[in-house]
Amino acid sequence: MDSVALSEYLVLSAILFALGVYGFILKRNIITIFMSIELMLNAVNLSFVAFANYWNLLEGQVLVFFVMVVAAAEAAVGLAIIIAVFRTRQTLNVDRVNLLKL
Amino acid sequence: MSPDINLNLWIIPILPLIGAAINGFFGRRFKNGMVSFVTLLFTAASFGYALWAATQVWHGWSVNPSAVYDKALPFNWIVAGDFTAPFGFYLDQLSMVMMLVVTGVGFLIHIYSVGYMAHEGGYYRFFAYLNLFMFFMLTLVLANNYLLMFVGWEGVGLASYLLIGFYFNKDSAANAGKKAFIVNRIGDFAFLLGMFLLIQHFHSLNFSAVFDQVSKLGIDNGWGLLTAIALLLMIGATGKSAQIPLYVWLPDAMEGPTPVSALIHAATMVTAGIYMITRSSAIFSRSPHALMIVAIIGAVTALFAATMGLAQTDIKRVLAYSTVSQLGYMFMACGVAAFSAGIFHLMTHAFFKALLFLGAGSVIHAVGGEQDMRRMGGLRKLTPWTFGVMGIATLAISGIFPLSGFFSKDEILWQAFSSKHGHPILWLIGLITAGMTSFYMFRLFFMTFFGDLRLGNSTGEHAHAAAVSSHHSSTGSHSHDHADDHGHGHGGVHESPWVMLAPLVVLAVLSVVGGWVGIPKAMHGGDNFKEFLSPAIKIAQEIPGTTVAGAESSESGGQELLFAAISIVVALTGIFLAWLLYLKRPELPGRITARVRGLYTLVLNKYYVDESYGALFVKPLLAISTYVLWKGVDQGVIDGTVNGAGSISKGIGGGMRKMQSGNIRSYAAWIAIGGTFAVAYMLWKAVQ
Amino acid sequence: MLHHVLFIIFGMICVAGAINLVAQRHPINSALSLVVVMGSLAMIYLLLGAEFLAAIQVIVYAGAIMVLFVFVIMLLNAGEEERTQGNHFALWLGAPAVATLAGMLMWIVFRNDPHKTVALGNMLGSPDNTHGLANLLFTKYLLPFEITSVLILIAIMGAVVLSKKEG
Repeated sequence: MDSVALSEYLVLSAILFALGVYGFILKRNIITIFMSIELMLNAVNLSFVAFANYWNLLEGQVLVFFVMVVAAAEAAVGLAIIIAVFRTRQTLNVDRVNLLKL
Repeated sequence: MSPDINLNLWIIPILPLIGAAINGFFGRRFKNGMVSFVTLLFTAASFGYALWAATQVWHGWSVNPSAVYDKALPFNWIVAGDFTAPFGFYLDQLSMVMMLVVTGVGFLIHIYSVGYMAHEGGYYRFFAYLNLFMFFMLTLVLANNYLLMFVGWEGVGLASYLLIGFYFNKDSAANAGKKAFIVNRIGDFAFLLGMFLLIQHFHSLNFSAVFDQVSKLGIDNGWGLLTAIALLLMIGATGKSAQIPLYVWLPDAMEGPTPVSALIHAATMVTAGIYMITRSSAIFSRSPHALMIVAIIGAVTALFAATMGLAQTDIKRVLAYSTVSQLGYMFMACGVAAFSAGIFHLMTHAFFKALLFLGAGSVIHAVGGEQDMRRMGGLRKLTPWTFGVMGIATLAISGIFPLSGFFSKDEILWQAFSSKHGHPILWLIGLITAGMTSFYMFRLFFMTFFGDLRLGNSTGEHAHAAAVSSHHSSTGSHSHDHADDHGHGHGGVHESPWVMLAPLVVLAVLSVVGGWVGIPKAMHGGDNFKEFLSPAIKIAQEIPGTTVAGAESSESGGQELLFAAISIVVALTGIFLAWLLYLKRPELPGRITARVRGLYTLVLNKYYVDESYGALFVKPLLAISTYVLWKGVDQGVIDGTVNGAGSISKGIGGGMRKMQSGNIRSYAAWIAIGGTFAVAYMLWKAVQ
Repeated sequence: MLHHVLFIIFGMICVAGAINLVAQRHPINSALSLVVVMGSLAMIYLLLGAEFLAAIQVIVYAGAIMVLFVFVIMLLNAGEEERTQGNHFALWLGAPAVATLAGMLMWIVFRNDPHKTVALGNMLGSPDNTHGLANLLFTKYLLPFEITSVLILIAIMGAVVLSKKEG
């Protein structure tokens, strides 16, 4: 019975993570950037679960649980901020939100 | 070996210091009378105490002439490793003579100044400075180590600066004060180097310790340590005692009030160099080269200054050059190891030169501020007392028997010829100078007191006045009349008040009898002065024939009498020439100067020495200061570094500022890059 | 075998969804792709024996968070992404950085022993996954659990405050 190697799961995680970083850097819409962040979090969750299975420890899954909770909180607050920014700047284009420059 | 009594010699300098402090801090609110009272009180007290101290040690010396009173205050000044500098006071025969001269003549001049400065502004300031000077000078002569002496040395330089620049509103006076201080500084630098050498090799600056160690050393026939120390000390002395090449401040110092010229630049401060050399006789007598250089400098200065005195027309300038010349005699005396002769001349010179200056002050006061001799004349009848005392002083300085100047100058001339370190040429130079001295002094005397009063005269000579007045100051911006502003409208030429005349009379008496303590054996005297001083002057014993007593055989006694006669003849010749040129045939000087126009202009302009110093030293120094130190180092390097630090920060900050573009995506990119680096680092660590 | 096949299928779906997320211009498309990614991830969790997490993933992540995202997109009427001037710095420096990152990660991974295998649907904990997880959460990790509940409370308050209209 051919079993899946741990590294395969980790490769998948790495690819998803890299794609998330790519989107984070290159997209111009704030919400899309935010979604890339969620993608990165998910990739990390995957690797935790994989390791939890490999080492037969439930702590990995506990951590995933907490990551999800935090991601939820973060998504809520982040979207609230985006709404607030949208009200002021009337744009979702991240290049327009550059008032913090020196 | 000190006597057991504690004389508390520190009181002698401290008393004038207290007077200076009182007048300095509170004098502004005092009336003139109060200021005079304070200053005279403390000066007299100092003189009285000095006399008392002198009598105390005198008794001791009748028993043991080598006893030296050498005590220090219970606390030291510097304690550093094996070097200690105490606050110590030293009273031997040499310092006793100096101390009495300083306090005595100083006291007389203080009395005179009460009258002279009566109408001047800044009265309290003058006396505060004068007392301050007394404090420093007494510290100088009473100190028991070179360092404390140096304190006094520097201090009299300071007092001199303050007093020369007393009329600080005048540019020329302020410049003269600065010049005096700066030129003295050059000498002081050499003095310091000499002291450093002393510390390095003898681990002490106390006279007793140093001279003890030096006495164990042999004669330095080459250019070794002792010669080096001696030469450095000598350069310091040339600064203070106005010898070549550092004499240029003394003529300019005449910008100060006349009592200052009398006290500081005739009787006391300028003699500090002679005192210092004599004090260091142990070192100098062990270095023939140094002695030779001292003698040469002294002789050349004496001659040089005398030539310049021939052409001057300001009464005080003539006396200034005369001072330089007489100091040259003293220097020469030290240079032929006739130290006691130098001190003898120092003492008599203090008497008659102070008298001359004070008398000149009296003259200036009488003619209402005029200082140009060509405008004086005929004062013989108008100011008889001044005439009398000036006459005595002029005879004394010309070396006429039996006044004091004769004995001291003659002693120097004889030693210059006969001492082991002497040389006939030195004697000859001294003789010629003596002739010139009597000539220009009597020129001064005749022009001032005889003939007709030429005040307010504008003869053809005055057409020169403009061209020639540039020689009165080296800054060229001062008007030569009313230099110390003595015109007070109480009309007419009049004799000075008694408060000014009384010290003159005392000094005149001293000028007559002051030399009688040193009548040489050849003239059936007891040579008392030399014998008295000899324990204090430590000559190396390996030099035979230069014992303090000098050559003693009766055959040389006859030679000595012959030389004395020659010098009297020369002096009388000078007097005769002066009479001829200025009384009998007054048109002669004009014709002579027309014949030797070039030479005359050269001498009149003081051989352009000030100008050459200016070009050689002052201008390059200023140029270096401006271009190298100011623009180069200060602005370029220091400001550059400081500003550069600022600009670098600004530059880096500006560069780093670009990161804060406000563009969120570039922030994201930076985060990604940072994360990549972090992972790469961990990778690299894992691989190792 | 089955494990492998399932893994490949769902892995491909994940990656496809992720690429779509990055490639799409309209954010709503990206959001829906992300939902797809999360769903397939939930399946992969099942493969790994984390049933509880798979359920949580679907309910919370895909069902709540992504719905929130969609709400906001619609609320704000987000349109297609415009091409703005912006800074190409991000592009020129960022893309290579990402590639490097991916490369490094994969290199780490491939150094590992391919014989380390993952068991299919491992029943972690006793008697099943939820039971075991609950045991851990309420005993050993009680404090973090409580703290995260406080965290959620704060996030709610923050979100309410931040999105209130002015005035």
